Amino acid sequence: MSSDEALKKLYEIAEDIYEQLNRGEIPKMHLAARHKGNIVFNNKLGVWKYGENMITRSAKKLDGGYMILRTLYIMEFIKEMIKTKKSSTLREMYYISEGWGLAKFHSQDESNKLAEDLEVITGYLREDFKLRPEEDGASVIGNITVEEINRKGKPMRINCRDDVGDSGYLIPYYVEKDKLKFKDVDADFVIGIETGGMFDRLVENGFDEKARAILVHIKGQPARSTRRLLKRMNEELGLPVVIFTDGDPWSFRIYASIAYGAIKTAHISEYLATPTAEFVGITASDILNYDLPTDKLNDRDIAALQAELKDPRFNTPFWHGEITLMLQIRKKAEQQALAKYGLDYVTDTYLPEKLTELGVMK
Amino acid sequence: MGIAHEMAKKQREISVAEFFQKNKHILGFDSLTKSLVVSVKEAVDNSLDACEEARILPDIFVKIEQVGKDEYKMIVEDNGPGIVRKNIPLVFGKLLYGSRFHALRQSRGQQGIGISAVVLYGQLSSGKPAKIISKIKEDEVGYEVLLTINTKKNEPKVIKEEPIIWEKEQGTRIEVVMKARYNRGKQSVYEYLQQTAIVNPHAQITFVEPDDKKTVFKRVTDELPPPVKEIKPHPHGIELGEFINMARATKAYRLTSFLTSEFSRVSPRIAEKVCKIAYLYGEMRPQDMSLSEARRVLEAFTKVKLMAPPTDCLSPIGEILIKKGLKNVLGSLRPGFYAQPITREPKVYSGNPFIVEAGIVYGGELPKDQPVRILRFANRVPLLYQQGADVITKAISSVDWRRYGLEQRGGQGIPVGPAIIIVHVASTRVPFTSEAKEAIADVPEIREEIELALKSLGRQLKMYRVKKERKKKLSEKFFIVNQLLPEIARKSAEIVEKPVPKLEPVITKIMNVIWIDEKIEKEGKMIKITVRIANFTEKKEKFELYGDCPIGEIVDTDGEIVEDYVKWHVEIDPVSYQYKKIVLKNAGGYGETNYYVDGINPSKVIGAEPLPGDWGIKMDFVEEIEEVEEDEQ
Repeated sequence: MSSDEALKKLYEIAEDIYEQLNRGEIPKMHLAARHKGNIVFNNKLGVWKYGENMITRSAKKLDGGYMILRTLYIMEFIKEMIKTKKSSTLREMYYISEGWGLAKFHSQDESNKLAEDLEVITGYLREDFKLRPEEDGASVIGNITVEEINRKGKPMRINCRDDVGDSGYLIPYYVEKDKLKFKDVDADFVIGIETGGMFDRLVENGFDEKARAILVHIKGQPARSTRRLLKRMNEELGLPVVIFTDGDPWSFRIYASIAYGAIKTAHISEYLATPTAEFVGITASDILNYDLPTDKLNDRDIAALQAELKDPRFNTPFWHGEITLMLQIRKKAEQQALAKYGLDYVTDTYLPEKLTELGVMK
Repeated sequence: MGIAHEMAKKQREISVAEFFQKNKHILGFDSLTKSLVVSVKEAVDNSLDACEEARILPDIFVKIEQVGKDEYKMIVEDNGPGIVRKNIPLVFGKLLYGSRFHALRQSRGQQGIGISAVVLYGQLSSGKPAKIISKIKEDEVGYEVLLTINTKKNEPKVIKEEPIIWEKEQGTRIEVVMKARYNRGKQSVYEYLQQTAIVNPHAQITFVEPDDKKTVFKRVTDELPPPVKEIKPHPHGIELGEFINMARATKAYRLTSFLTSEFSRVSPRIAEKVCKIAYLYGEMRPQDMSLSEARRVLEAFTKVKLMAPPTDCLSPIGEILIKKGLKNVLGSLRPGFYAQPITREPKVYSGNPFIVEAGIVYGGELPKDQPVRILRFANRVPLLYQQGADVITKAISSVDWRRYGLEQRGGQGIPVGPAIIIVHVASTRVPFTSEAKEAIADVPEIREEIELALKSLGRQLKMYRVKKERKKKLSEKFFIVNQLLPEIARKSAEIVEKPVPKLEPVITKIMNVIWIDEKIEKEGKMIKITVRIANFTEKKEKFELYGDCPIGEIVDTDGEIVEDYVKWHVEIDPVSYQYKKIVLKNAGGYGETNYYVDGINPSKVIGAEPLPGDWGIKMDFVEEIEEVEEDEQ
């Protein structure tokens, strides 16, 4: 089992630290630098991964010292969970660290970051370490039937259109095949929607049936399981994935993390990213073409757009054009700005036009 | 007869009361608050001068009582030699009476117009006479005198005089009721006495405020300042009018003997030479010199080489005593750093010898966001007014304090930061900006000396801050080697099920210093200080460690007490700890001990400074290290 292998890897780290101390060396760990200057496009996988830049965390510095000590405690903790067949949320681990003396986390940010660091160092997923996020609540509505292994260990069939209420099928935190299988599908594409308001609009307008679409509410920056599910639907069911967000720099990043991989999780981009995912809008061109109500860009927006111009993931003619245009017009728009033309406009006019352009709808 | 003499004649005819009323502001009685401060200052200065002249350690009692709305009684009592009965009315009841008026020596009394002005002010503002009690050692009884000043004749008018039994062996007490206002804070009686205590560490001053709050500024040294000598004027420091007056009054028969006998540094050979340059006969009667002849003599003096005036007539406070005075009075603010005070070599301006002393304290509970506090002194007297006009303020403002770690907009003006700067100018003639004698004039020679002293202090301050910064960084590492690393070793050993590895080589790689810090605990009325010495180097080290406690008395220690420092000889093995102790009493509100090391490269040591100058080594040693640190940046 991958958990045992992950544990073995952690044990090797502990052994390495012990040996370094034994040789009279200041103990240290190496890991890939996690910033946008160190991600490179992997041709084989079609996603962005970490490059060659490594950073060293050594016990010479406070940060490094804490990291090493905490890693040792986490190792023990995980060993215990595997033995007792339990798992814990990241938040629970944060609270459990209360009993770790000096190794105690001072904020949940610290524990979340260390969980990611361990993935980067070991090459295993945090799920392999029996750690999970407490999210998520992202939901699916559409004519797809899944089989989920429930907490009693029994398979359960759910049709995401007929067997669910208004909020749809809630995506569990773990969506690998041993947990979730696709049984049946009757749809042409998957559409990820940023905001709850727009998701509800599409549901109310019956867009899933009318356009033969699977609607996925991605809830802002999507959780890992949401991204993983999108990828599985794309790869296993052969469904095209499109992303529909607000028209601002932050929404562009949501798309990038789904399609190209997020910088924070570039070590597992091949699990999470859907390289063929397309961006529907709102684009800067949409703002002009559909004459949408807008807000002015603030300083942070502008700084974010300028940073995106330097982000290798956005280095395509399409994104350069859209980002530069947004900087020129100094405006951003919400998805729901389309309501200017009536509640049905988005499902009757905007999406069909845009999706036909992308070749997803005929 | 010159016009000045004509005027003087007329002046004598106006009553002193009128003179006083007209010149109140010049004399310092220009506001109700200030009148009280000036009165206390006159009385206390008199007491200090009298005690020092009689070689008595001053013990001065000051009390302010409120007797009515805007009416206060000032009481100042000393343990000085006392005043003989017949002189009491003259000392207190006649303006401009006194022995010091024309003396050329460093004394407090050149400032201000004397205690009789206080008596006059009291009498004019409250209508009440002054009460004086004085007793000399030789007499069985003291005398109590009630007196006022006859303002028409400038003569004392004794209202009552009677012998009294006084428990004191000797001393003088004065009580004056006056119109005044009492406050505490800036430019107050309290501030004046506090600052007086700083520069007079040999004096004990007790102060009782109108609300009966009692403050004792304790004596910190039993050493009286050496007696000051009178000197003859130096030809470069004399003004024409003064020169003529001296020539008129001299008993000498010949110009040459006048010059050699009444001036310092004038030899017969130089006197001859000066006469020759001035085209005058050395044989002429000095009394017969005309104005233009006198001017020629003074001009001639500028053309001959003269030795600078003697400077042994000056009595600086001294580096050790300034530090002690500062600690004694400011200890409650717990400053983190007392720079080694600077006493410059004596210098001369226009024929007058002077000496500059300066100190700085930094940190602790001093406010960080306000301009630094400036304490100015002339001949051991605090200057509270006219700060902006003073050469001390100007010198402070012209130093670029940003280099030394204080904030200062544009690199000039009074810097901002948690610091107090103290500057003392002592001279046989302090050049004041005005008759009120509240500020020292901007004389280039004096300014330069002050600036040099300040820069030297600034370098010390910077070094302190650099070290402090370094210690902060290293305290992180201290935590790593003391806590994190042993935990990492223990935990990793537990996981791999092997013995805990030895950490010494790793620890020396991370730290490589001698670390000194302390733990301060209160044990009843005692303060117990535990000094921790940690050797984080690869070698055994040997050195001397000195602990300097800013306040308190040492009750117990495992070191050797040298003067008022504790000294330990330390021999410490690599990667090991040693603990030393000091127990203090009377050390409430204890801040931190200053540690010094000797016999080891100080850059290897964190938490202690190299042993400074006057308790063993020279200042230039300290300065050398600073330069290295400045170069590094």
